[in-house]
Amino acid sequence: MFKINGGHVFNFFLYLFMIGVIVVTLYPFWTQIMISLTPKDAPPVFNALKIPQRISFDGYLLIFQYKSVWVGYANTILRTALGVTLSLIFTALVAYPLSKAELPFNRTFTFIILFTMMFGGGLIPSYMLVKELHLMNSIWALVLPGMVEAFNVLIMRNFFRSLPESLEESARIDGAGYGTIFRAVVLPLSKPVLATVALWIGVQVHWNGWFDAMIYINDPNKQVLQIVLRKIIYDNNVQTLKQMMTTMGIGGKFSGPQLQATMIMFSVIPLLLAYPFVQKYFVRGIMMGAIKG
Amino acid sequence: MAVLKEIRKYRTLLLMMVPAMIYFLLFRYGPMYGIVLAFKDFKITQGIWNSPWAGFKYFDMAFSDPYFYVVVKNTVIISLYKLLFGFPVPILFAILLNEVRRAVFKKWVQTVSYLPYFISWIVLGGMFLSIFSLDGLINQIVQLFGHEPILFLADDAYFRTILVSTHIFQTFGWESVIYFAAIAGIDPQLYEAAVMDGANRFQRAIRITLPSLLPVISILFILRMTSVLDAGFDQIFNLYSVSVYNVADVIDTFVYRKGLVESEYSYSTAVNLFKSVIALVLVVGVNRIAKSAGGKENTLW
Repeated sequence: MFKINGGHVFNFFLYLFMIGVIVVTLYPFWTQIMISLTPKDAPPVFNALKIPQRISFDGYLLIFQYKSVWVGYANTILRTALGVTLSLIFTALVAYPLSKAELPFNRTFTFIILFTMMFGGGLIPSYMLVKELHLMNSIWALVLPGMVEAFNVLIMRNFFRSLPESLEESARIDGAGYGTIFRAVVLPLSKPVLATVALWIGVQVHWNGWFDAMIYINDPNKQVLQIVLRKIIYDNNVQTLKQMMTTMGIGGKFSGPQLQATMIMFSVIPLLLAYPFVQKYFVRGIMMGAIKG
Repeated sequence: MAVLKEIRKYRTLLLMMVPAMIYFLLFRYGPMYGIVLAFKDFKITQGIWNSPWAGFKYFDMAFSDPYFYVVVKNTVIISLYKLLFGFPVPILFAILLNEVRRAVFKKWVQTVSYLPYFISWIVLGGMFLSIFSLDGLINQIVQLFGHEPILFLADDAYFRTILVSTHIFQTFGWESVIYFAAIAGIDPQLYEAAVMDGANRFQRAIRITLPSLLPVISILFILRMTSVLDAGFDQIFNLYSVSVYNVADVIDTFVYRKGLVESEYSYSTAVNLFKSVIALVLVVGVNRIAKSAGGKENTLW
């Protein structure tokens, strides 16, 4: 009798705790949504677990008209598309030969690549290189320097190694060379690893990338979304928005926190919408990374 | 001649590697050449090569600068606090969530818990600025207990606590993924036998789940030790301000400000090199230890 009750009590607290975990994790998002929807003249819901008495989407309508946001979106999408495509091509092309034990100097090549995981030139030398190559203020400064990660090369190499040898063998008997086998046999079988690496780079390196854009891009027409957002949150670029409101004849209609919250939500909405569908690829990715090469 | 023959035989494979190898030489080894900046008196007008040699001047400068030690100390303290408080959380979370029997609910909790890991620190920083602000949630709670509101993010008594807790917020779910996988791999017969012997859920968790996780735990712990000089640039940079530099300025933020804000290229590069060399020694050293202690399976490469 006592045992059963004990189990029930434990279960009750276990589920309560897990619901607590969900609430705490989602709370920062929830509160930003609420702040972004509260009009300036309604009682503030600032960070309390309150629902606004009146909601208004005017903040979003204003952000829609803020040109920098769309420029930011366009540049972020561009760097993501270009960056992911080039990364995948370069990474797969180097990972396949490394998956072949018969490749001459395999250990040397692997060492050259692996060493970059452990040591690098650091901030200023990397910055100087981008400058020397005249990549400042160009999308290439956001795409080229981090294009191939040694870690992703390892993940792909391990995946290629795990493909059954017999498939390549039969193609070779039919007279196919390495290039044909790679294109016609290996790549079509590698969609899982390609999708995983693509999503990882796409989200973590490009969509969320900001530091490279902060140091390499000065031209506001080439700036990415994260930096547009950072300027509004941290550098009080809210002023720009307020000026815009004044010229539109709606000055003073919005509070600073509301505009910041609106901007935050506006920038994460695509990620939040895509997240439930892509998170399984991320999980798969970390599993692939856990297999040592 | 044999080598040439080999190269000809595998020329397709070797050609495939050319683009990425050029990339590695240019963008990864190229900056390593730039490290000579640390040993030169860099003059923009003269370029890296023609600037005069300075020997160890900038290292002497760092080692005789009291602020350099503050920065190193902050880096290690923040990093170790994150390790001390952050490392056990995903393990406990995975073990607890494993006790949840409803598969759909479990999946939901997992999915939600990973989410913050995929949000940039620009966005997270904006959210936490709002939560810790004067009229934010934390101060509302503080006022509920009859205290005056506190400017948390500008207060050096609270800043590191905020760094550690928001770090846990962002990473606990994601870091538990690997433990979930390890738990899923435990032989169910072990649990069945324990049930037969009358072990309750708590005993099973302590006697079976936790010991089975130990190899994974120790490998991840060793891996974490190698990045003890990475205190979390993105997070700190987006939360700190001048008023908390004394507790929050770390090597990476210092290198950034010295180099790109104050344009002291050589000094910044010297401090950065100090960090990179220690990190390299740590990785190689840890791998040696892992090899001699646990055999080849436990090493990093």
